[in-house]
Amino acid sequence: MQNRINTLFQNKKKDILNVYFTAGYPKLDDTKTIIQALDKAGADLIEIGIPYSDPVADGPTIQASNQVALSNGITLEKIFEQLQDVREYTQIPIVLMGYFNPVFQYGVERFCGKCKEIGLDGLIVPDLPLAEYVDEYQEAFEANSLHNIFLISPQTSEKRIRLIDEHSSGFLYMVSSASVTGAKTGIEDAQVAYFERVNAMDLQTPRLIGFGISNRETFKEACQHANGAIIGSAFVNVLANNEENLEEAIGDFVRKIKGK
Amino acid sequence: MSNYQINEKGYYGKFGGAFIPEMLFPNVEELRENYLKIMADEEFQAEFQELLRNYVGRPTPLYLAKRLSEHYGTNIYLKREDLNHTGAHKINNTIGQILLARRLGKKKIIAETGAGQHGVATATVCALMGMDCVVYMGEIDIARQKPNVERMKILGAEVIAATSGSKTLKDACNEAMRHWLNDPTDTHYIIGSVVGPHPYPDMVAKFQSVISEEMRKQLKEQTGKETPDYVIACVGGGSNAAGAFYHFLDDEEVNLVAVEAAGRGIDSGETAATTAVGTIGVLHASKTIVMQTEDGQVVEPYSISAGLDYPGMGPMHAHLFDSNRAQFRYVTDKQAMTAGIRLCKLEGIIPAVESSHALAALDQMKFGKDDIVVLNLSGRGDKDLETYIKWGEY
Repeated sequence: MQNRINTLFQNKKKDILNVYFTAGYPKLDDTKTIIQALDKAGADLIEIGIPYSDPVADGPTIQASNQVALSNGITLEKIFEQLQDVREYTQIPIVLMGYFNPVFQYGVERFCGKCKEIGLDGLIVPDLPLAEYVDEYQEAFEANSLHNIFLISPQTSEKRIRLIDEHSSGFLYMVSSASVTGAKTGIEDAQVAYFERVNAMDLQTPRLIGFGISNRETFKEACQHANGAIIGSAFVNVLANNEENLEEAIGDFVRKIKGK
Repeated sequence: MSNYQINEKGYYGKFGGAFIPEMLFPNVEELRENYLKIMADEEFQAEFQELLRNYVGRPTPLYLAKRLSEHYGTNIYLKREDLNHTGAHKINNTIGQILLARRLGKKKIIAETGAGQHGVATATVCALMGMDCVVYMGEIDIARQKPNVERMKILGAEVIAATSGSKTLKDACNEAMRHWLNDPTDTHYIIGSVVGPHPYPDMVAKFQSVISEEMRKQLKEQTGKETPDYVIACVGGGSNAAGAFYHFLDDEEVNLVAVEAAGRGIDSGETAATTAVGTIGVLHASKTIVMQTEDGQVVEPYSISAGLDYPGMGPMHAHLFDSNRAQFRYVTDKQAMTAGIRLCKLEGIIPAVESSHALAALDQMKFGKDDIVVLNLSGRGDKDLETYIKWGEY
């Protein structure tokens, strides 16, 4: 299976910057503006969150953005509408991140088909477990050239990491510490030991580190231990504080992270 | 093999599973691998049974309610879970889970609570075992269930307000899950109902199954026959009903009646009658019937009873509904309060508002004069005095 994600990782081995934002936030129709600004500022990959009423793996910042987006009137249908013409203005790899229930209600096969039609590259469904995916949904994902991005954490056993790696394509999402999103900032020694332990496993799938990556310093450090890193809550805060000048604020933030 | 028990993949029919983020996999897997083994262990059973007998006060009586029976022209037996220590069936499960948590080497306990009954039952067993206890409770529930909040604090628990989402039970569950994500290695999450990822629904049902185990024995002694014609219980998440139904699931001649809270009516938009308005979905890591929008967003339920105010139900109950093994009935606030007050007058028992929903189902049903009806009186009404007072009409 080959799509924009593979191309990215083939062409760039280090310092990959993946930025997360919540669809429909801060305003309902900001999606296109944010994608274009991220693309222009030099982000390598974009992760778009599908808002959900009960986001259990997320901390207060992303929870709040989900609630605002839902009260703005965002739905999965609307997200697809907003993304319908995305491939007319950018070729940046895009993954959707969403909890399983909204995807399940939409219909997993229909959902995957829609993603392919639009030209999306991967999905992160944190509460869709590996066994369920393999038994029920892997076929639909693969038939539509969508990478399923799995999470691993410091508590994930070596045996399970190998199993997840075997079923992964695209990249692995390395959760930096036992936490929800946006809970911690900074990287501690124990986390570095975990990154190095995973590096030594010689996995087939590239890896990005997420959770706790919030600025230039933590981004640089994470990049020393993986192919790149994911910034979520810190970016959502930027959006929250700059509703009126998103483009400029996004450009500044991304350039600062990249040290340019 | 029973059609109503969980299968090896953690499903009841098409309901169940463990839709958890990978970060929780080690915890849930540890439980899954160990719970049956630990529960089958003789020493564990000895300790569990001893505590149920001498600390909780089991077996609870099976009481032939003569005046209530006369009112309905049949034979109604009340299973007196209201007489348990802490006032409800909830403690059967918390005793079991805390003993299990200790055997898994856990040091800290977290729990969610709606009305506070499960929170109190958890705080109680944590005090008993000398373990740290954190209870998550929706900010709105904290305001409307003040006495239970104080009970938990007196027992040494820390009560943390869930301020996310709708600030009620479902959000307290979310916050407890998040806590577990943040603190996974030495913490056990005592879920209070037959909900959550496999193995919780099965584990909690097994701990609560003592209710129907006793019912069978007591029925045999009192009526000469182990099986009744009807077993009636209320369902929010469904733990008391799971316990009351458990040992009758394969006796198809026993009519199982699950009573949900209709709130202001199933078509009013203010209801907690999940099977009436819900559709299949995933809530709190389990595939079950869920009150939700077409877009898959969970809808906030409503009931006068905080213990039934839940937008889903255990996967076992979803399966009992789907397979028609149990009949589901819907009782409004008004019907429940009327039935609750009737029990006070006829039998001198003030029931929990949750249990009053089960009582109100009697008004919707027709019984023969020789029928044997067992109703699980899941809790006592001390905690609901304010609700009864506000309601008036007594």
